[in-house]
Amino acid sequence: MKTYLPIVVAVALLAAVPLFTSSNVVLNFLVAALLIALAGQGWNLLGGYGGQYSFGHAAFFGTAAYATAILQVRYGVNAWLGFAAGIAAGAFVGAVIGALTFRSGLKGSYFSLVTLAFAEVLRIVASVAPITGAGVGTLIPLDLHARSFQFQSRVPFYFIALGLVALSLIVVRAVENSRFGAYLVAVRENEDAASALGVDAFTVKLCAITLSAAITAAAGCFYAQYFLFIDAGIAYGPWISIDALLAPIVGGAGTVFGPLLGALVIKTLGETTKLIAGDAPGLDLVIYGLLLVGVVGLAPRGIAGLLGATTRRRGRSTAKLEHGNG
Amino acid sequence: MLSPVILVPAVLNGLMTGAVYALVALGLTLVYGVLHIINFAHGALLTAAMFAAFFAYMLLGLDPYLAVFLLAPLFFVAGYALQRFVIGPAAHGEDRNFLLVTLGLAIVIENALLYFFRADTRTVNLPYAFDVVEVGAAFIAVPRLVALGAVAAVAVVLWIIMQWTDTGKAIRAVAKEKLGAELCGIDVAHIYAVTFGLGTACVAVAACLLIPTYYVNPTAGEAFVLIAFTIVVLGGMGSIAGALIGGLFVGVVESLSSVFLGQSLGQIGIFVLFIVMLLVRPSGLFGARA
Repeated sequence: MKTYLPIVVAVALLAAVPLFTSSNVVLNFLVAALLIALAGQGWNLLGGYGGQYSFGHAAFFGTAAYATAILQVRYGVNAWLGFAAGIAAGAFVGAVIGALTFRSGLKGSYFSLVTLAFAEVLRIVASVAPITGAGVGTLIPLDLHARSFQFQSRVPFYFIALGLVALSLIVVRAVENSRFGAYLVAVRENEDAASALGVDAFTVKLCAITLSAAITAAAGCFYAQYFLFIDAGIAYGPWISIDALLAPIVGGAGTVFGPLLGALVIKTLGETTKLIAGDAPGLDLVIYGLLLVGVVGLAPRGIAGLLGATTRRRGRSTAKLEHGNG
Repeated sequence: MLSPVILVPAVLNGLMTGAVYALVALGLTLVYGVLHIINFAHGALLTAAMFAAFFAYMLLGLDPYLAVFLLAPLFFVAGYALQRFVIGPAAHGEDRNFLLVTLGLAIVIENALLYFFRADTRTVNLPYAFDVVEVGAAFIAVPRLVALGAVAAVAVVLWIIMQWTDTGKAIRAVAKEKLGAELCGIDVAHIYAVTFGLGTACVAVAACLLIPTYYVNPTAGEAFVLIAFTIVVLGGMGSIAGALIGGLFVGVVESLSSVFLGQSLGQIGIFVLFIVMLLVRPSGLFGARA
């Protein structure tokens, strides 16, 4: 239980925020950061622990967002049920993409490329298919009742987002402590060696991508309920794929708190940029890109690594050694 | 079936569009063949080169076809410096880091262009942009014919560099066996940077060939690079001949599928081809290794 204590402390601290402020600006900011932390935690499980760098987590985010929105708007399904169905849909897409790509033995750059391509195909399909509202997008009608997963105030949304993030932290910590987590890290470090020791790499990676997709899908469902509008560019656009990988990389990939730390940092940077430079399109993303290059170059283990937290990633010296031999 | 009057021009036009695709793919495959890594900044570099060609014409009055001789060396140097001083050091020799660094650079370049030039779409007006020549039953746009010739010239120049120069031999040595090349006294970091520079120069040439008939905005390069990825996968990662043949093939496929299916589905066709290729035969039609 000791390993869960930091999660309890962190979540309790964040839960105390609404006691001190009811400012919508603060809450909106934190909800946006928690959303990215959640999507990033999904990426972290597959990329950080499993070493499979997906450039297309938008596929899971977008499918979940569309599923929850379309089920409500077109089929009158209850919003909470829609939320659950959205997560299931995202996980399903994850399992399908995982089964196809891992069965074909795609890894490294190839895996990144093919995930990117899947997200793009879904984006193009969603921008022309009638069921998604095509170019117009899908609008969830306003109905400010808890049973419709809509609230007058930001506070309930904040607690739901925090609850989802807390759950994702616990899930990833549990994975980290489990046999499955050990297999996953083994596959990351050296897939051939892991297989030789009897680890079923295909199944391990398939489980990882499915769980990863489910976590990112939860973020997609939440996005749809929070903003009540999605279109192809929002749901399947590159922005979410980038945010989902940027947060854990900046915070520390392969660490439980990496995505949360990273999300808070990148959102703070993004908002500060907007505050200083006004609404200049692109500038916040320039900063994100520089941050990505800078973190990979100067602090490959992210903020968590800088803080000296106990991470299980190998040191740079061993990486260099392997590179020299390879 | 459609009559040859429609099919023949469609195939010819496809071949010529394909030539530019092939050039973009050539840069990508060159970098992959040597560094064994996909350069995700390729599309953003193409966009940057298109902007450079645009402003060379608007501000300096430099014809895009002449700008090649200025921009290709300039982008070679830029690519060399990027790999030598940014990507190489930041990647610490790990493939995953290389992916992330080039992705980060792509984000920086694209959004810096967006910040400075906004999302406006720009075009140049050249007197010869709509000139055509008659070949049998087909009318061929002159800029496309120029593009085809230029790509052939670039391919020959690259082949000569790779085959006959010391640098070319060093590049091939590093591509085959990095450690061995290093032991023979080849400066691997330098060769990596030269290769990256050559890839970037290809993109600069492609940009100059595109700009007379195409538009430029901060995401203009993206469309090409996804097609280039497809071509590179189709032709076999790292295979130069594969990139050329694959480029022409994809150009024809796209041209024909937009005749038969319409524009937006033609785009899907490329992606589906790409995913199926990756899943079924990731080593490509001509490639030896995955």
